[in-house]
Amino acid sequence: MTILDQLIAAKANKDYAAMFEAIPYARLLGLAPEVDGDGLITRMKYGEHTIGNAALPAIHGGAIGALLESAAIFELLYRAETIVLPKTITITVDYLRSAGPHDTFARGSITRHGRRVANVRVEAWQTDRTQPVATAHAIFLVMS
Amino acid sequence: MRYITRALANDKTSALRGLTEGIPHNKALGIQALELDKGTALFVLRYDPKLVGNPDTGTLHGGAITALLDGASGASVFAALAEWKPIATLDLRIDYQRAADAGKDVLCRAHCYKVTKNVAFTRAVAYHDDEADPIATSAGTFMLGTKPGGKRS
Repeated sequence: MTILDQLIAAKANKDYAAMFEAIPYARLLGLAPEVDGDGLITRMKYGEHTIGNAALPAIHGGAIGALLESAAIFELLYRAETIVLPKTITITVDYLRSAGPHDTFARGSITRHGRRVANVRVEAWQTDRTQPVATAHAIFLVMS
Repeated sequence: MRYITRALANDKTSALRGLTEGIPHNKALGIQALELDKGTALFVLRYDPKLVGNPDTGTLHGGAITALLDGASGASVFAALAEWKPIATLDLRIDYQRAADAGKDVLCRAHCYKVTKNVAFTRAVAYHDDEADPIATSAGTFMLGTKPGGKRS
């Protein structure tokens, strides 16, 4: 089964955990889905492997960036009528606060979904939803 | 990170080791610091199937490239500073030019091209063999002299 087949099957069954598990890097980071009334939240479980600064400690900017990019991609997969594998064209991450040794959550919102390109905004937070640790906007190629 | 700048002046090998062994996320991903010089850093990301974003093609996930670009960019700022200061990434923009080839390591050369009183500016390029054929390029800004605890002053 190709990755696309796996994603299509997972989505048809509303088995979002299977969608996440299909991506090796999402497994490495410890990403898991949470679905609430507003849609999908991507959760990055805290682990030592995400730490960038052991003295503080603080999560690596690269791990936060990867969470935001993944949350944007999973939002596209979650909302899409026809599943394609989005390819990142560009992502800009604003780092707002040091991310401490806690689980980190991210939610994406699609600002425009065109025939070839989709624009997504994403926000990440930890213990306080009103105090985001980072935000991002990303543009994806979404052609089959 | 203080020891990295101190080590940079005296003992480059231990600075490189600090950036590799001292950063758990780099260790987990297989990111190593290879070279540090005035305002520049060369890092490598070792190819590993666990870093894959698309299992059909074996292409690395963008997140692994992000960590490589972010780490090398930060190191280039340390390498540009005359004396150690805590730093924090303000923003990082990454443009993906092409997919990374399955099975190949990725190199990243970062350059801190400007340091002002409060802010440092970086550019970086991730590539396999030829810097002129990039996988991704980035532009970053870093706040200098952040307060302990990673908070901005």
